[in-house]
Order: sequence, then structure tokens, then C-alpha cells
Amino acid sequence: MAKDKGKGWSPGLAGLLSPVTFWLGLFFLAPLLLIVAYSFGTAGVYGGMKLGFNTNNYAQIADPLYLKILFRTLVIAVLTTLLCLVLGYPLAYFIAFRSRKWRNNLILLVMIPFWSSLIIRVYAWVVILSGNGIANHALQFLGITNGPVNLIFTPKAVLMGMVYSYLPFMVLPLYASLESFDVSLKEASQDLGANRWHTFWRVTFPLSMPGVIAGSILVFIPAAGEFVVPQLLGGAKTTMMGNLIQQQFLDARNWAFGSALSMILAVVLLVAIIFYVRRVGTDKLEVG
Amino acid sequence: MGKTRISRGRFLKMVGTAGATGSALSVLAACQTSTTPQQSGGGGGGGNTLHIYNWAQYLAPYDIKHFEKKFGMNITQDTYSSNEELLAKLQGGGTGYDVIVPSDYMVSIMAKSKVIQKLDMSKIPNFKNVSKHYRGLPFDPKNEYSVPYQAGTTGILYNKKKVGRVETWDPLWDPKFKGKMAMINDVRETIGAALMRRGYSENSTDPRKLQQAKQDLIKQKPLLQGYFDSVENVPMVRRGDIWLAHVYSGDGFLAIVQDKNLAYAIPKPGATLWVDNLCIPVGAPHVDLAHKFLNFILAPKPGAALTEYTDYSTPNQAAVPLVHGKFTKIPQWDPSGKVYDRLQTIRDIGKATRTYERIFTEVKSS
Amino acid sequence: MSIKSSSISRSLGRVPDRALFALVGLLYLFLYAPIAVLMFFSFNSAKSTEFWGGFSTRWYSALLMDQDILHAFYRSLIVGVVSTIIATAIGTLAALALARYRFRGKSFYDSTIYADTVMPEIVVGISLLAFFVAVHVPLGLTTIIIAHVAFNIPFVTIVVRSRVVGLDRSLEEAAQDLGAGPISTFLRVTLPLIFPAVIAGALLAFTLSFDDFVITFFVAGVGSNTLPLEIYSMVKLGVSPVVNALSTVIIIAVMVVVFVGSRIFMRKERA
Repeated sequence: MAKDKGKGWSPGLAGLLSPVTFWLGLFFLAPLLLIVAYSFGTAGVYGGMKLGFNTNNYAQIADPLYLKILFRTLVIAVLTTLLCLVLGYPLAYFIAFRSRKWRNNLILLVMIPFWSSLIIRVYAWVVILSGNGIANHALQFLGITNGPVNLIFTPKAVLMGMVYSYLPFMVLPLYASLESFDVSLKEASQDLGANRWHTFWRVTFPLSMPGVIAGSILVFIPAAGEFVVPQLLGGAKTTMMGNLIQQQFLDARNWAFGSALSMILAVVLLVAIIFYVRRVGTDKLEVG
Repeated sequence: MGKTRISRGRFLKMVGTAGATGSALSVLAACQTSTTPQQSGGGGGGGNTLHIYNWAQYLAPYDIKHFEKKFGMNITQDTYSSNEELLAKLQGGGTGYDVIVPSDYMVSIMAKSKVIQKLDMSKIPNFKNVSKHYRGLPFDPKNEYSVPYQAGTTGILYNKKKVGRVETWDPLWDPKFKGKMAMINDVRETIGAALMRRGYSENSTDPRKLQQAKQDLIKQKPLLQGYFDSVENVPMVRRGDIWLAHVYSGDGFLAIVQDKNLAYAIPKPGATLWVDNLCIPVGAPHVDLAHKFLNFILAPKPGAALTEYTDYSTPNQAAVPLVHGKFTKIPQWDPSGKVYDRLQTIRDIGKATRTYERIFTEVKSS
Repeated sequence: MSIKSSSISRSLGRVPDRALFALVGLLYLFLYAPIAVLMFFSFNSAKSTEFWGGFSTRWYSALLMDQDILHAFYRSLIVGVVSTIIATAIGTLAALALARYRFRGKSFYDSTIYADTVMPEIVVGISLLAFFVAVHVPLGLTTIIIAHVAFNIPFVTIVVRSRVVGLDRSLEEAAQDLGAGPISTFLRVTLPLIFPAVIAGALLAFTLSFDDFVITFFVAGVGSNTLPLEIYSMVKLGVSPVVNALSTVIIIAVMVVVFVGSRIFMRKERA
């Protein structure tokens, strides 16, 4: 500990930190501040921004139309997160309690889709769900439907695409927390006469909470900001916040409103995360 | 993929809208990032080079070759993918371009923002070749600032076998074709279609009419596959996933040429006529040569070569008889005078753009 | 990827559970069926993903001839490599600082780094777009690389930092006692010790960069399409068999890299 440099800023520390200060300051914080400034500005009809203190952009969000879009975005993001959790947990659980050799191979199989392109993963569903695609053939073959039905360009297709895209984000942290799990606790619980279900809920699940939290955040954030999937699988009929923001920036030339929407999205997500971590995190503390 | 030619830079528009608008509002004189697809002669010295700022794949190689030969000059091109990008780059000033190709409503915006200059019509005798349907259009009533370059309509591509004959906008609201239709994901075109279906102007700012259009579109939405770019709609029609689609004429013609079950309608009572135009920006380095270029494009042969390359309609009447290609057999390629009478052009509606945007968002998230 | 010594009692977890087995089987099917469909149709001689027209490799030859895709791939590679190198260097230095020093403003650095990882991509994308436009930087490969470095630094920092924290300082102290300067101590002692984490951070950064769509979408200029942008535009133009072939190539490449990489990695861990 003798080498810890107290609270001061030594030249060495400044040297280590100056690149990150420069890069994130200039290319992360400064742009965010610019958006904050723009969100109080006024956009000209032909583009261009006038700065000022105009709270209209925020007042506009009270419009039921935009509130509805915000609400829908959160609902879709929460549903995606829940579905990923419900599907991802058994998978991570299963993998985590295999022998080492199996574990590694099984988790690699989860990672491969994650390492390949996100756009390709969404595109695969375009192929499957399209008009006369595989899914429709399968439904007809199984006698569930008579003719082709509309599968693509529906809210369900959007949800499906998002769950598929983000499932690996849930499984990886869950796996990491379960894998480092001390099995003796589970044994102890079972030795003490708890049945497996009981053991799972009282011991295993609470101990995997860090994984649940990390996985949920990793899925929820991109899901709430999503704009590709609603376009490719939703036929632009399921507008989410991401689509609205993009539209304000790229079509409507209203950067002020687009900036305000971005700020609102960022703040809502931040609050949601803090709330979630507090809520779920406390439970964990109680048990642990 | 490389062979599928998509006219008018819509391909780039889809991918690069983001980047486009970005560079759009920036004042960069930087065209370093732009591609120069038909660049010839390597650009030479600035002194004898005509700089054109154009949509991608929107000038025939024939024209470049012959213009260069005739005037002993080189042509260099940079490309943009939206009118907004073009506007913003010019508002930055001093970009060094001699000729630009804005669409209709953008011409009036540019004239108002004083980024394009008045033309010297005495240097463009070939203006006489311009069809009367393309003269004095509302965005430039006296043709002081622009001459028309290429044109087209926005209408309906449909499968004759499945839907019979289409003449109005109504089939796009017909519950019989539920799930077999798609509209263009464009504020002005789609709200415009709803307005024109009721016989209104597609530039209407009357709240009552806009309210009606909104209700109509909300009613239509459950019948649709969705809202897509025109180029996205075309393959869905070709595959048979949908039977009716709102498309730009050139995209429709490309499909019709390959599938005789398909047809294109310019719906009654009104449809969009869009026109891309040649203009000279304020501060262009080679004003005289730019006029020569405008005049050259309006000559018969160069005009024909251009339209054979793009598949769009030509406002150049003298070029029409020289144009060859399957698409010329499609009746809507060169509409008759009666058809022109019911066509409308999209106009700049200023602040009302915001109202339109909100309506479209409401429709899409209804 | 830490591999814990597995205790014998792990067998407890192996209690056969048919329901779980079946569910996991279905989940793997869910993960791989869509990919398998793409691979299947990449060999379809017909230009369709709705019926089978016979076996053909024509889309692979078409892929090799497709200049747009090849250029996009090349650009993605450049962006990935350059941004990874820069982000790894900056992120590693930051990790050292945050793991080893206590200083005023540290919590500010911590929160900035976490904020960067949880900020929705669309917000990061549009803020960078607005920023580049405001300071008149032309959009293109440079702006893409700048953006990728910015979102990759925190990931590298987090990965490397966890390693630095667990590091035994005695070796470095010994080196310094023997008269090595701070830089040579870093290069000869610290860096080799944290190297696996640096590599892991770099790999993560490269993957995120190579696959990024949203942020790139906003900061790309005309003519600077990366591979994900190119694929997106092709998908929007309708289902293209060339995309199937491209997807297959990408997935196979990822499989090979991941499996070979993991073999090497595991051997090292054992040694």
C-alpha cells in the first residue's frame, strides 16, 4: 500500500489519465452537453439550430402521442428483458452446472451468434417470417394454418427479433455469476432438507442476482433504444423512441425536439436502472 | 448486387440518410468523402473542369464523354443523397460546384435562401425543347432559376391478375386487399396520397383537410403490410407478398419490364409529379460553361442518352423519339396531356412541415 | 472466461432433469435454426428464400465479385483494427490509473465510464452526429473511427481494470527496487502480467466495432459504408441471396476463430 499515491494528482497519474480525459471528454461528454444545449434550443424550419432557453421541446413530450410512444417503448423493452431472462436463465443454469469441458463448449455455442453480426441475426428472421417463408410453410405443413398468414411486420415479430438478438447478452452474465457459484451452499441447503425448488429460490437464484442485474441491464438498454428491428421486422408500424428520435434528426430536421427526446430517453433509462438495481440489489443484500 | 441499378440515388439515400443529413448540415467544403462514380479524366486542373454535384448514378456516361469532347473540358461529379444535404452544403457557401440537381420544392427553398443564381436564358436556346408540361411549374414559375432534368410520378405498382385494373387511390383502402398493400415511408408522399384521394391539394395546410387525411390513413393502417421505401416495395410486389404498392415511377417500370403481370397506375384524381432540375449555385466558378452544360442536356441526343440510363421520364420533348428501351412501351412513361393536368408537385410548406411530421408519426403509431 | 477448479460436488447439478434438458435443446434450436436457414439458402440456385431450386455456389462467386461488399468489408476491417488499437491503449492506461490510484475526481471518471457503457447507442450516435456537424468535421471513416474508440474505451478499461486490481504488486516493486524506471517496469513487468486482459479487452473492442450498426449509421458519410451498413441496405432492398452467402461466411469465420481461440486459451490456462 506504500505506493498508493494518496489523494493527490501526480504527474504519473495525469499521464495515465490524460488520453482518456481527452477522448471521452471531447467525443462523449462534449457531444452529450451539445445535445442538452440543443434540447433547449429552437430548430429552424430548414434545419440549423438557434440556442436559447426554450422549454417547448420538453413540453411537447406531454403530447399523448409521444407519451404513448415512450410508454410502448418501455413496455417492449421490459417484455424483451423478461423473455430473455425467462429463456436465458434455464440455459445459463444448465450450462453452468455441466462438467468443465461441456460448460466451455456450450457457452461458446451461445457466444457464436453474439459474435456474428446483429444485422444478420435480424435478417434471418426477415427470411423466416416473410410472406411465403419457412415459418409459413411450417405452419401450413403442421396444419395449423390453411394459407400464408401475416407473420412479419407485426409487433410480435419485433418482439421476437429483439429477444433473439439480445438473448446472448442475458445468458453470458448469468452464466458468469452461476459458474462462479459455490456449490457447497446448495449442498448445505439440500443437506438441511430443503427440496430442489426451495433451494433454487432461496439459495441459487439470490446468489445469481448480480448476473440477473447485469444481464437485464445489458438487454434492457439496447432494447429501449432499438430502431433497427422495428424497421426491418415491424414495417415501420411499431414506432419506438429510437425511430422517433431518428426521424426528428434525419427527416423532420427538428434537432431541438430530437435532442429533447434523446435526453428524456436517457434519463428515463437511467432512473429505471437505478430503481431496478436498488430494488433487486437490496433483496440480494438481505439474503447474502 | 452491383448490377441492380437504382435510379436517383435512392439506394444511397436509404443507407446514408444519416450520414447525408450530417454532412448536410455541416458546412464542410469536404467532398473528399463523396464518391465520384462517373468521374472521368481525373479532374485535371480546376481551370478546365466542370464540377457537378448530383444524385448517384444520375448522369449517363455517354453525356459525359460527349460534353468533354465537344468543349474540351473535364467533368467531375460528387454525389449526395438528399435534397437537405445539398441545401446545407450550399448554405455553407463556396463549395465550388458549377451545376446542382435539386428536386422541385428544393428549388424554391434555394431561390428563397439565395443559394442559386438566375439563369441567362439567352445562353440556353435548347430550352425550346422542354415540354410545356415542365415549364413554369409552381416551384419556379418563370423558369428563372432552373431547367428540368428528369421527372417521374409517384403512383401505384400493382398485380393485374390479383386486383384487376387500378385507376384511383381507393384500392389502397380496400379491405379486400388487407395485408397485401404497402405505402411509401415518406411524410409528404403518403399524406399527399390521402389528400389527393379526397381531391385535395397535396400541399394543403387546411387543418380540417389534414384531419380527414389523418383519419383516412389511420383507417388504412391495419390493411397495410407497412411503410417502406419505394425500392423496398417493388421486390415485395414481384415476389407476390403484396399486390399493391405506392412507388416512384422509375422503380415501378424496372419491375414491369421484368414481369408482365404488373402494371403501374397514376391514380385519379391526383398524383405527385416530381421533377429534378439543373441549377447553378451562387459563386459557381464556371458560370458560362455551366450554361453550356444545361443547354447540352436539353439537346435531343444527350437527353435521350440520359433517360435511357435512368429509366425516368424526360421533360426534353425533342429527346423522346430517340429514346429506346422496353420501358418506353409503358404508357405511363410518357403520360398524355390529360394525365398531366391532374398531376401535382410537392411544394415547400414551411412551418407546416412540422404538422405533417406529427400526423405521420401519429398514423404510424396508431 | 475464468475456469474454476470444478469440485466433485458439481455432479450434484447434473441430476438428470428431462424438462430442463428438453428446454435447453429447444433454446439451442432457437439460437441456431435461423442461422441454419440462412446457410441452407446460401446454396440455393434459385434467387429465393421460399423454395429450393437446387444446389449451387453461384452466390458465393457473386459475393467474391461484389465490389461494394468487399470495400465495405475492407472498411470495417480498417475501422475495427485502428479503433481497437487506440481504444485498447487509452483504456489500458485508464484502467491502471483507476485501479491503482486514489485521487480527487475518481468517482467522476468511474461514472463517466459506466455512463458510456449504458448510454443508449442511439443517443450516443445522434450526439456525435450533432457534434461533428457543429465543429465542421466531414463525416467519413475518420468520424467512424473516433466514435468507435469512444464507445470502446470503457469496455477495455473495465476488463483490464479487474485484472489490475487482482495483481500482485511485489514483482513490480522488486523491479523498481532493482532500479528499473516506471516505463521499463510497466513494459517488462506490468504489461506481461495484464496482457491476457488487454487481449481480451481488445478482442471485445474489435467485435463491438466490427458489428456496430447504430452509432456508425449516424456518423458515416457518403461512401464510408461499413459492412453492417452495407448488409442493412442490401436487406432493405429485398432478400438477397448474396447476403445469405455473406452471412454464412461471417458465421463460419466466427465459429472457426472462436473455437480455435478457445482451444489456445484453454491450453494456456492449463499450463
